[in-house]
Amino acid sequence: MSTQTSAQKDTGKAALMMTMQLMSPIKNDANDNALLKIEVKGLNVYYGKFRALNGINLDVRENQITAIIGPSGCGKSTLLRSLNRMNDLIPICRAEGEIILDKDNLLAPGMDVVDIRRRVGMVFQRPNPFPKSIYDNVAYGPRLYGIRRKADLDGIVEKSIRQAALWDEVKDKLQQSGLSLSGGQQQRLCIARALAVEPEVILMDEPASALDPISTLKIEELMQELKQDYTIVIVTHNMQQAARVSDYTAMMMIDEQRAGRMIEYDQTNIIFTRPKDKRTEDYVTGRFG
Amino acid sequence: MNNHSVRLRAKRKTVNILMLSLTAVATLLVIAPLLWILGYVIRQGLPAITPQFFTKLPTPVGVAGGGILNSLLGSLMTVGLGLAIAAPIGVLTGLYAATHPDAPLGVFVRFGTDVIAGVPSIVMGIFAYTLIVLPQRHFSAFSGGVVLAFIMLPIIIRTTDEMIRLVPASLREASLSLGAAEWKTTFSVILPAALNGVITGAMLAIARAAGEAAPMLFTAFGNPFLNINFNQPVATLPHTIFVYAISPYNDWHAKAWATALVLITLVLLLNVLARLIIWWRTRLLGSIRG
Amino acid sequence: MIKSQPLSSHPSLARVRRFIQHGDRFYQLLLIVAALSVLVLVLAIGNELWRNSALSRHAFGWKFLITSTWDPALNNIFGALPFILGTLVTSIIALIVAIPLGVGTAIFLAELAPDWLRTPLGFLVELLAAVPSVVFGLWGLFAFIPVFVRPTSDLLNKTLGFISLFQGPVFGPSRLAAGLLLAVMVFPTITAVSRDVLRAIPNNQREAALALGATRWEAILQVILPYGASGLLGAIILGLGRALGETIAVTMVIGNNLDLSASLLHPGYTMASVIANEFTEATFDLYLNALIEIGLILFITTLLINLLARLLIWRVSRRVKGEVRL
Repeated sequence: MSTQTSAQKDTGKAALMMTMQLMSPIKNDANDNALLKIEVKGLNVYYGKFRALNGINLDVRENQITAIIGPSGCGKSTLLRSLNRMNDLIPICRAEGEIILDKDNLLAPGMDVVDIRRRVGMVFQRPNPFPKSIYDNVAYGPRLYGIRRKADLDGIVEKSIRQAALWDEVKDKLQQSGLSLSGGQQQRLCIARALAVEPEVILMDEPASALDPISTLKIEELMQELKQDYTIVIVTHNMQQAARVSDYTAMMMIDEQRAGRMIEYDQTNIIFTRPKDKRTEDYVTGRFG
Repeated sequence: MNNHSVRLRAKRKTVNILMLSLTAVATLLVIAPLLWILGYVIRQGLPAITPQFFTKLPTPVGVAGGGILNSLLGSLMTVGLGLAIAAPIGVLTGLYAATHPDAPLGVFVRFGTDVIAGVPSIVMGIFAYTLIVLPQRHFSAFSGGVVLAFIMLPIIIRTTDEMIRLVPASLREASLSLGAAEWKTTFSVILPAALNGVITGAMLAIARAAGEAAPMLFTAFGNPFLNINFNQPVATLPHTIFVYAISPYNDWHAKAWATALVLITLVLLLNVLARLIIWWRTRLLGSIRG
Repeated sequence: MIKSQPLSSHPSLARVRRFIQHGDRFYQLLLIVAALSVLVLVLAIGNELWRNSALSRHAFGWKFLITSTWDPALNNIFGALPFILGTLVTSIIALIVAIPLGVGTAIFLAELAPDWLRTPLGFLVELLAAVPSVVFGLWGLFAFIPVFVRPTSDLLNKTLGFISLFQGPVFGPSRLAAGLLLAVMVFPTITAVSRDVLRAIPNNQREAALALGATRWEAILQVILPYGASGLLGAIILGLGRALGETIAVTMVIGNNLDLSASLLHPGYTMASVIANEFTEATFDLYLNALIEIGLILFITTLLINLLARLLIWRVSRRVKGEVRL
């Protein structure tokens, strides 16, 4: 349901205003014909008795970048971590509803969690390479899946590191520790590591928030390249980044019971120029903290 | 998904469940001896526990009855002396280590405490023997007390150090900013705040010292008679257990179990109580610091 | 009328202030003296052991460590080899059993046990550490050996008796019994320290491994254990230090016999147990000095081992703090 916002009354003027307020371009080439990769239907997540997510619906389209934005504490990370069942690590956490990846409901009993996590990879907020060599970091995943021959591993490692736009910087020092890289390089190493298991979806939890601006830019460029082969979902508290980088944006907020709800999700340029919900407009134009 | 990867997936799952269960089995195996020992000591020792057991002296072999009054008293004397020596020095040293963590002497104290804690108690016994027994030419409760002091010292130092470091720095600063001197701050503000912790350190030290038999072999030496003279040998609970246990007499074996029951009750009670206090203290002070 | 004189210049206050300053100096001095006591103690122990083993050191020199004759009765020749070997053998047996069980328990407590189980179990393990050595020995002698060690030894003897390690005849007390009892006594040390090491490993390492599709065991084996490896090694070495010095329990179950055969099922002797057994029987000075020299060897060995352990554990805690480089 839509209330007439001032933006809808005067589309062009409002769009210009918002663009100027955001001080950066808004992505405008989302592909509405793209297939649905992940459908979240009626997702409720509880920590013990406390409901953290209330009735979340979300469509994630294939080979597109979907950003989840919202004020801190609204449950963005909880939603993201539900998509690869990482919340299972917290004993009191339980999820109800459906998360459908292609045709499989990830929340169905008996689903193989290990397999889910191979199909849905994750990059974390702070880079967390293993204290092993760069090569062994990237080769870790493939080795889990039984790939042992050096020739095969060499190929996968190179391909993944190239995809992460890191190859030129590390090709001569693959045996050095992953920890010897800079922060931005470590994060790209983590991306390469995630790519090495050939996931279908890549989840990124504020992937550049701990990095300097130049590394952030590199990661954002990387995302554009990666989306050709993968579906990407990113959580970010940086609205400008969401506007720059994502094709679709999902806006979340906390309700009176402190549960997170999905306010609206749509193409990025719509969310940032003529959102349907006033709360979205308030957040995006900075009237809301 | 091809056949090979299906098999691999299944194999990985099996290995996972197998190894995780093995760790649970390991845990059971590690805990089992404790339960076995407790159960056995209670079962073997309880029958011989009577009020007389605590008030009588040992009877000669083959004569029924008798008790461990001399060992109880001897343990009290040696552990008491040990505490009297180790507590003041230990608390002061722990204070120093906690308040000067970066001074070279402070670092060395932490390190030295670890060294002393790692010395086998039999070697401590040799040390006390050469230091006291040899020059005096006789065994004594005094030498027994001194060796226990050496064994108790690192425990008291360590616990005092840790408990004082738990006291929020803001307390100390508040006192100092009101113009109180360093020593007054320590004694009226910090020590009372850490007092429970210091007491638990003493409790743990007592529990440890009360159970030490090896150093007693050539310091306190043992004594079948009642003795309250520190200058003479004295029996202690663990030493008595040892002597009874390796003897060839069945009734002495029974007495060994009963004495062991007394000792282990004392030691475990002290430990449980001390750890409860520490746990409660840590949570309380941790929440103050926020 | 109230004199308006500033408080700080009041005469009696100055006296009080002087006392407090002196009090503080005295207090600081007291603390330093107490702290020095630690230094003095360590040096004194080494010194006494060194001085009182002089006769034996001068008589036998380094050969003391490799002579296997221990003959106080007839020839006054003393060599520590049987005891050094006995100590090594029993400690190795103890470690072989205690490492998998201890580290396995630590993994269970740190990674797998639900919260309500973790605290009581950890508590029980620590309680095991509080049991006095003599009670372990008592239980070892009358319960552990007859019910477990003896049947196991018989089995080993029957099936593997052709190997010199397992040759009979099988008595009660034996090196195997001492080694197994030591293992039980060393469980808490290895478990508690390993558990602390594992718990200190940052969560993001676990999450990274699991997010790549590893099973819990794979994450533990391939990421967590290697990360904490030097700390775990430190825990094991601390356990070794404990095993080396353990006296009373070992004395009660090892048989105190100069047996030099290779069989684990025979009685034996360790450095600590020979001191416990023969110290009060040492009727002449050379004998006593030889025993004290064994004490010196024990002192130095446990010293070095404990230092090594602490160093390794310290290295892991440093790496955890320094790892987050951004």
